[in-house]
Amino acid sequence: MINPAKHSARRRAYVNANIVAPAQGLNGKGGILIEDGWILDVGPKVTKDSVGASATVTDCKGLTLIPGLIDMRVFTGEPGTEYRETLASASGAAAAGGVTTMIVMPNTQPVIDDAAIVDFILRRARDTASVRVAPMAAITKGLNGEMMTEIGLLKEAGAVAITEGTKPVASANVFRRALTYAKDFDLLVVQHVEEPSLSSGVMNAGETASRLGLSGNPAMSEVIMLERDLRLVEMTGARYHASQISSRHSVEVMRAAKARGLPVTCGASVHHLVLNENDIGAYRTFFKLSPPLRSEDDRRALVEAVADGTIDVIVSGHDPQSADTKRLPFAEAAYGAIGLETLLSAALSLHHNEGVPLACLVEAMSSKPAEILRLETGRLAPGAPADFAIVDLNLSWIVEEDVLRSRAKNSPFEHRTLEGRAVETIVAGESVFAYARS
Amino acid sequence: MTRDARPPLLKRQHLLAIDDISSLEAIRILDLAERYVEVSRQTDKRQLVLQGRTQVNLFFEASTRTQSSFEIAGKRLGADVMNMAVANSAVSKGETLLDTAMTINAMQPDFLVVRHPSSGAAELLAQKVSCAVINAGDGQHEHPTQALLDALTIRRHKKQFEGLIVAICGDVLHSRVARSNIHLLNKLGVQVRVVAPSTLLPSGIGNFGVEVHRSMETGLKGADVVMMLRLQLERMTGAFVPSIREYYRFYGLNAETLKIAKPDAMVMHPGPMNRGIEIDSDVADGVQSVIREQVEMGVAVRMAVLDALSRNIPGGGNS
Repeated sequence: MINPAKHSARRRAYVNANIVAPAQGLNGKGGILIEDGWILDVGPKVTKDSVGASATVTDCKGLTLIPGLIDMRVFTGEPGTEYRETLASASGAAAAGGVTTMIVMPNTQPVIDDAAIVDFILRRARDTASVRVAPMAAITKGLNGEMMTEIGLLKEAGAVAITEGTKPVASANVFRRALTYAKDFDLLVVQHVEEPSLSSGVMNAGETASRLGLSGNPAMSEVIMLERDLRLVEMTGARYHASQISSRHSVEVMRAAKARGLPVTCGASVHHLVLNENDIGAYRTFFKLSPPLRSEDDRRALVEAVADGTIDVIVSGHDPQSADTKRLPFAEAAYGAIGLETLLSAALSLHHNEGVPLACLVEAMSSKPAEILRLETGRLAPGAPADFAIVDLNLSWIVEEDVLRSRAKNSPFEHRTLEGRAVETIVAGESVFAYARS
Repeated sequence: MTRDARPPLLKRQHLLAIDDISSLEAIRILDLAERYVEVSRQTDKRQLVLQGRTQVNLFFEASTRTQSSFEIAGKRLGADVMNMAVANSAVSKGETLLDTAMTINAMQPDFLVVRHPSSGAAELLAQKVSCAVINAGDGQHEHPTQALLDALTIRRHKKQFEGLIVAICGDVLHSRVARSNIHLLNKLGVQVRVVAPSTLLPSGIGNFGVEVHRSMETGLKGADVVMMLRLQLERMTGAFVPSIREYYRFYGLNAETLKIAKPDAMVMHPGPMNRGIEIDSDVADGVQSVIREQVEMGVAVRMAVLDALSRNIPGGGNS
């Protein structure tokens, strides 16, 4: 899916960087040499002297160089609600956040449930987006939970997985068939884990919800769906990924499933890793997420699970919403928060404040999603696409509406100071973002 | 009372929730309300306190008693009161809550009295409008003036709050009245109990500073006040309690169950009542019942709240 038009014919080198690419065993001083959008060499031996005059050299001055991030859960408004976000505007936000590949969800209008729409997304992305885009397609036609989509054709067209995005496949029978069929095509099935009959509440069930007078969505609704799905995976042998888990119980269930050797992985959104239900405060709808933000105890369990690898992937869950869907009473407001631009910075707070190794965070946002989705990106190795980001781990910046590149401004980090961010983002050898220090 | 020479009573522009007001503020409102009880019992009830002020009652949920109570309160204080019949207005044409509120705000009212089916709606409005917002009930969150009028009714009979036992019985889960009362009575030193089947109790209720009872036998024992909540009949279809008959058997208040409480226990109900479901007629109309007095106190408390908030309006007589 490399876009040849964007390849750089020049040979370039980024040297004097702190390279963190744990999947390739890189963690320390070094450089990277690229040509035509591909990596020629990477590691400690790539220095200003080693590349000589053959390449344009950029001195990273000790900043950190990581593989370009792959965000496995991104919603845009294209097609259907372009006033909220287009592939182009989302890609601008992605680039500013060090994200070089966006995996977009099928919850568009029309739904990505047909090979022609996969093709449309890929062509629009090629023509308008500054980072790579790969779609997940729907599991069922129209996301109705009834008729299976043309899974084989969708994969052929370029869908990297199938999912219903914001909703689960409620019928165990339909989901079992989808798993069975997808297995023949070796396609990943991604589930939003939530038992619909238990999840009508608008925030985490418990004392905080009771005090606010809001209906509760218990963590059990997630656990029940997850456990059901794991039984179906055991039965069918399909590759399964829970797109986001949010509770301590789910972490325990995933840990046990992995110990049993099931072909399962899971993700968590960075919002669930750094925020909890108390952040909702006085009905702040930018904190209304699905699954809901849960208790501090759940949050801590998620952070531990990232550190020990039970949670494979960190996503932004980027979901642009505008005033018409967010400036409403809490129960009536839409779910979702934007996050492409703040994914890395927010995740870095786990490194700065909670002792999660940087390498672990980088893996969860690059090599792990690449491995799960079988992408060739997400690694720094000779022969791999030249997608990477240069990161200043300690640069403080304030998240304000006018700074965010996303067309929608529903960031839960609004007005907060975050520490660390991408200062340059390179996709297929081309610099697509450079941070302007003020 | 004239508009000048009125000391400030509340440290806030709006009255959105009992949860964030202090016991001192609550007591001041009750004291002021006592005076308005007297005013309301005079032949000539007209006051000048809110003369020239505009009060808009914005009710997104049907309510006879609360809306008329606020209307009478405003009018007795001399305000110009307008009732917005929201069901017939732009809201039913798809206009959002905020658009409606901003439109009304542009007409320069001094008070916006809001009732809305969603929790947090009053809070949302208060962030966007310049006038004083009074929460007249938001979803399952709070109904602050109801709690104040209940407290006033209790104080007039029991003289003090310290050491009283108040049993709040019924559908606590869906009740904003229960939440506001729990918060206020706790602040005032009352020992609060909730009595309900577990399906009608919110999760985490144990952390609200209340004693939780699942039966009237234990819950009413020694109670000074029995506060019944309305059972929303639309919630009766199997999901929360199996049937009206069963609910009445275990959680209805009748002459027999009332005997479990103290002999001089007060019987309260925020209305409207389901007679024969959560409360029997002979109890509702009996000597221990103060239900009609609650309605009277409602007007006085709302007059006090309007008066108190008007003192914080710039140029509101507080100079």
